[in-house]
Amino acid sequence: MRSRPLAARSAAVLAALVTASLTVTGCVSAQHDEGKTNTQRNANAKHATLTISTNAIIGGKNAQEATWIEKTLIPAFEKAEKAKGRDVTVKYQQNGIDDAKYGEKLELSLKAGGGPDIFIIGGDSISEYAKAGYIKPLDQVVGKKADNWAGWKQVPKGVANNVSMDGRYYGVPNGVDGRVLFYNKKLFARAGLPTHWQPTSWADILAAGRKLAKLPGVNPIQIDAGTPMGEATTMQGFLPLLAGAGQQIYDPKTHKYQGDTTAIRDVLNFYRTLYATDKLGDLKLQQDPNGRDQSFSEFSSGKLGIIGESDYLWRSVVCPDKTICTATSMPDRDSTVGYALIPAERPGAGVAGQDFVSMSGGGGYTINPNTDYPQQAWDLLTFMRSVTQIKAQLGGTVQITANKQVNDQILKTDPALTFIADKVLPVTRFRPTEEHYSSVGALLEEASGQAAAGKPIDEVAKEYQQGVVKVVGTDHVTSN
Amino acid sequence: MAGLGVGRAVLFVVPALALIAAFLVFPALWTLYLGVLKYDVTGSNAAAPEFVGLHNYTDALADPQFANSVLLTLAFVGLSAVIGQNGLGFLLAATLRRAAGWVRTLVNATVLLSWILPGTVVVFLWQALLDRNGGTLNALLGTPGAAWTLDHPLATIVVFNVWRGTAFSMLLYSAALDAVPTSHLETARLYGSGPLRTFRDVVLPHIRGHILTNTLLITLWTFNDFTPYMLTGGGPDHRSETLPVYVYRTSIEGGQLGFGSAISLIMLVINLVIALFYLRLLRRRGG
Repeated sequence: MRSRPLAARSAAVLAALVTASLTVTGCVSAQHDEGKTNTQRNANAKHATLTISTNAIIGGKNAQEATWIEKTLIPAFEKAEKAKGRDVTVKYQQNGIDDAKYGEKLELSLKAGGGPDIFIIGGDSISEYAKAGYIKPLDQVVGKKADNWAGWKQVPKGVANNVSMDGRYYGVPNGVDGRVLFYNKKLFARAGLPTHWQPTSWADILAAGRKLAKLPGVNPIQIDAGTPMGEATTMQGFLPLLAGAGQQIYDPKTHKYQGDTTAIRDVLNFYRTLYATDKLGDLKLQQDPNGRDQSFSEFSSGKLGIIGESDYLWRSVVCPDKTICTATSMPDRDSTVGYALIPAERPGAGVAGQDFVSMSGGGGYTINPNTDYPQQAWDLLTFMRSVTQIKAQLGGTVQITANKQVNDQILKTDPALTFIADKVLPVTRFRPTEEHYSSVGALLEEASGQAAAGKPIDEVAKEYQQGVVKVVGTDHVTSN
Repeated sequence: MAGLGVGRAVLFVVPALALIAAFLVFPALWTLYLGVLKYDVTGSNAAAPEFVGLHNYTDALADPQFANSVLLTLAFVGLSAVIGQNGLGFLLAATLRRAAGWVRTLVNATVLLSWILPGTVVVFLWQALLDRNGGTLNALLGTPGAAWTLDHPLATIVVFNVWRGTAFSMLLYSAALDAVPTSHLETARLYGSGPLRTFRDVVLPHIRGHILTNTLLITLWTFNDFTPYMLTGGGPDHRSETLPVYVYRTSIEGGQLGFGSAISLIMLVINLVIALFYLRLLRRRGG
């Protein structure tokens, strides 16, 4: 317990406050668990109920995933458990909302000691959730069997790292993605640009944008910026650019975040050039709460030249299959949409002296440490990451999964994903596993929005620096 | 005066006081307490909040975003409630008194409808109205591609709130105007008093109390109104980030519960100051 006297002035106020704070401290530091340390609790329960929640909904957002969980996974799992003599009911909570809002919803329910038994966690959230006590290493939740799971052999090392912290697994990975520059070959041809395009510097990107700008009704470039796009801004825009300027946002060796540094200013300057001075992108898309979706619909209808996105765009936004990609599907995707590596600011200027850079995300399914049925939950977790279920989840689509065996079979059928796996993943970086990353990320979003709106870079960088210092303290910020 | 006796009186008020204590005083004190903590939704300060004294308050007061929010809130309240809803509500009430029965019913129904519809539904309709691509307003004005919520965020939420909340003022002023004795109005007319003069010398003294009460209520409602968030999300670039939106963005989106609590408490104090100001005006009128 902490010290709590609030230096109250009058006796009455003091009494009231102390009473209140006693009660409240109880609430505030009421740690979930403590009693729930037995990994075998309810392992032999006659009947168990598990809830699983993801940001997917049948007929809407990530429909493929939702349909798989509801229609295939759950019936198959319940049947398999029954065969083992266990009666387990699985309930699926569907959501079809903005990712950031979904995160807030999940965090608040975990904070209240509730939340689903199984949920997806992004690799970048592991630290802040673990520090808050919302997740625990799997070996603590279900026992040693988590480390000995046969499926780990099929998981590539980088992907396993992305669901680990301090050498312990916090979840079972679901896959990995990579960022590239997608471009519209038809627009490129009309603008007199090569249809096999590979820029080698930021200047090359802007030069292509200038040519595209001559086409009427065409928005040349979309690199996500600003707060409304949330994490898409950092992942699709800021962090790949920062890697291209030679830095990662957090250095785990020195425990320092980038403050007002040359690299940060270079990135901000790129945004300012792109949106404010050269006007090669649509600033309004960065300010509109639905800007990202609008950029997708522009790209799919041939009104946007270049867009920085993850392979998600290729798989789930512009795929030819109308049942998966709905209104933004492109029947001619394979011939129209090109993809190029994201270049460093100048050749060799990227992080670790690289010419090309990328960022990867992804995460895994984890078990709520507060679950009543940890063993049943582990059963479900491993069941859903079996080769059969991974394939069922993909349906006809192709995606880089966390399973080498599956990847070997499916990737060769899709040139774009082969490109991501062979060319992008070797140069990619992951977000830091550090608990303040999401707060710093929010500051990057804010700063990129300001720069895009044309605010002087020195001012934006200074405000950003002050913000980071406030979050992590002067000792953990680099500036030069 | 025949009293209940202290014992029974206490018995009568205890349930009410208990409810107020549980649902008003306790949360307020809790907010006060959370406000002195570094207490977050995630991370180590979620598990073990840190006592930071008045740090959150000094941080808030030094934050240009906070000052921005206070100014925006004052502008929002002043323009949309004090001037907009009050003025339009009174005008409607005054004009409708002389209008034909069916006109009155029609206008009443329309105005009331905008007030009683759920916020989410209304906002959805307004989004369709203001949408940049294919919004109704752009179609009507012939201004394709005009991004109203992005280019004029404050004006958007002001107009929206006037539209949304005028019904209350209209109803209250209709009732108030009924209380003005017809004989006074007729006398004024006989002496050749014009409409402005009549309003100032005959109508106003009768409805001053109503004006103050109405203004107090709509000021507080508007001050604490969160609906603008659904329309503009506080943006772009914090340009429609009123205080309730600022609190939401820092404490829920930013996860800083302690900091958010400190701002909430500052809001509570501002609310109290506004309420006291109006109550004093009311009392001065009574005394």
